[in-house]
Amino acid sequence: MSKISLIIKREYTTRVMKKSFILLTFLIPILFVGMLFLIVWLGGIKDDKIKTIVVIDKTHLYTKVLKSNENYSFQFVDAPVEKIKSQNTNNEQFTALLYITDNLVDNPKAATLYSEKQVNLELKRYVSSLLNKYIEEQKLATYNIPNLKEMVEKSRTDIDLKTIKWGENGKEKEGSAELALIIGMMSAFIIYMFIVIYGAQVMNGVVQEKTNRIVEVIISSVKPFELMMGKIIGIAMVGLTQFLMWVILTVVISTVAGAIFGGNVDVNSLHQMGQMGMQTVPTNAMSPEIQGLFTALNGVNYLQIIVLFIVYFLGGYLLYASLFAAVGSAVDNETDTQQFSLPLMLPIIFAIYAAIYSAQNPDGPLAFWCSMIPFTSPIVMMVRLPFDVPVWQIILSLTILVLSFIGTTWMAGKIYRTGILMYGKKVTWKELFKWLRY
Amino acid sequence: MILLEVEKVVKQFAGHLALDSVSLTVPENTIYGLLGPNGAGKTTLIRIINCITAPDSGEVRLHGKRMTPADVQQIGYLPEERGLYKKMKVGEQALYLAQLKGMTRNDALKALKYWFEKFEIQAWWDKKVEELSKGMAQKVQFITTILHEPKLLIFDEPFSGFDPVNTDIIKREILDLRAKGATIIFSTHNMETVEDLCENISLVNQAKIVLQGNVADIRASHATNTFVVGSKTSLNETDFELISQKAQNGVFESIIKKQVTESNNSLLSSLIKQTEILSFEELLPSMNDIFIKTVKA
Repeated sequence: MSKISLIIKREYTTRVMKKSFILLTFLIPILFVGMLFLIVWLGGIKDDKIKTIVVIDKTHLYTKVLKSNENYSFQFVDAPVEKIKSQNTNNEQFTALLYITDNLVDNPKAATLYSEKQVNLELKRYVSSLLNKYIEEQKLATYNIPNLKEMVEKSRTDIDLKTIKWGENGKEKEGSAELALIIGMMSAFIIYMFIVIYGAQVMNGVVQEKTNRIVEVIISSVKPFELMMGKIIGIAMVGLTQFLMWVILTVVISTVAGAIFGGNVDVNSLHQMGQMGMQTVPTNAMSPEIQGLFTALNGVNYLQIIVLFIVYFLGGYLLYASLFAAVGSAVDNETDTQQFSLPLMLPIIFAIYAAIYSAQNPDGPLAFWCSMIPFTSPIVMMVRLPFDVPVWQIILSLTILVLSFIGTTWMAGKIYRTGILMYGKKVTWKELFKWLRY
Repeated sequence: MILLEVEKVVKQFAGHLALDSVSLTVPENTIYGLLGPNGAGKTTLIRIINCITAPDSGEVRLHGKRMTPADVQQIGYLPEERGLYKKMKVGEQALYLAQLKGMTRNDALKALKYWFEKFEIQAWWDKKVEELSKGMAQKVQFITTILHEPKLLIFDEPFSGFDPVNTDIIKREILDLRAKGATIIFSTHNMETVEDLCENISLVNQAKIVLQGNVADIRASHATNTFVVGSKTSLNETDFELISQKAQNGVFESIIKKQVTESNNSLLSSLIKQTEILSFEELLPSMNDIFIKTVKA
């Protein structure tokens, strides 16, 4: 086995065997899926308690209009408002009080909904839709045109503006700007996280070797550059392992959990439920959105995003990891790393902000330049990818990234070579530049 | 046979000269001492021999050929700044370091078994390094240095961190290694071990070699013409200077200093005339004295 692969193997196995790594690898997908299911589940819970709405209808016109359903029951009473209000303590008797003072055709503002707490939106929507529909019919009836109601019914359309992108070959894809945004932001954020976490691991690994005083023993067997690269590659593999494990586990756990918890939380049946809901409850605005989500999900080019995610992750990581290694080699203990790692953290943090702005305008100049500059491109480009970036831009950005990480690695190697053998010396920036020329 | 030659090696660091035209030759199968106060340039020289840093000028030759990084495989190096991965198990770590030196896993396992048995530390194999004491870790480190049976061994301060018992064990191992054919260079501050172990030394001070050669020759050349004489009765000062005299159990022990021009034999013959001489030994300066004297000069 060659020496560098020995180093990679050691760096990889010692980290992957760590309890914290195993715990995190399994815990994150469980938490992620758990959270997802909790959201879907909570959203799916129907409040099955029948809420009573007391109606004081001075006009007595709307007794038949306000029909009780499985959620709301309307009670018509004839009493002064103040008396009813004072009867209700803690919402026990009824949820709300609907007070109609006048004919709504003439006076649309004559209906008021009182309640102790803020009236929930669904109730408001339900009551107003019932009244609206009735008033509409009343108004149409006043025109005295036969079949007018049917004519209006026919002329009513529901426009759902679809967004369709077409590629060069004219193949159309249904897309969703929101979804693209979410996928882009998520992958950008994961790359950001991985660069910071694994970059710091490289740095701490180097500092540890230095403070443990083992580094000189090892570089009497291998070249400092081999040791540095071995560490960087080993840790990159740890990162990739973690990422792939997360993807696989998330898929497995959500499938298994979906099967166990049955239809009402399963993603597929959620889809069906959405369709059914659209037919039965027209006021439920969620359903078309969910349906749209599923069509849009099919429109995203996953393979391209996953492959480029890995490429950009590796490129960005290699660019920063070697610099982190250089910082680790220059200092004597972990507390000193802060001073030197700050200049490295700044572009990473800037990149995530640039990514957020780029998401709003993925073809704008900020997005373009930030996806070319190698220090920000791995993060910013991920946001732009779901919006179909021209191929030449991807190739150019990757070329710049590769050339830059070769450059930073070479530079870091020089600093590292000198730095790891320096003990008990406060290092200054000036000195770091001097080491470059040794 | 010369194993290692260092010729006119110069190393300049930012702001100061670490090595100023240093040359030395190490004969094969001997123990060579590299002495010098802290910061004299010993470690830099050792790093240059190990190809860890490159000299600005000059060269290092092994068996008469310019040394290449590939030759480092034949060197076992125990640096002064030494340590092990704290979280790694002893056996695993020793295996890793041995493989980095180019041993196969099987060879390394066999050799490690032999040494762990010899030092009676088999029980440490599955312990983490952080559970070991400093001395214990040093022992493990010593084993990993010599495991691949290198022809040239370089120990930088090998005895620091060892108790007297373990120092003795390591000393014996070093002599044993030489008996098996290895050449050993070590740097130390412990002058006693230099007298015990080294055939040749170089004394480095302020980037230069200030004293070099065979230990016996050096001590002889630093002779102060002082002798310890044991006699039946007390001595009287004649052509020599009597520095001190004391009597113990009927034996007089005197320290005398002869004149530089006088030979040992003529001094002895003048002593014999005075009384019965029981012992006569030249008092050679210790390496410690020579070290201090040379460095301060």
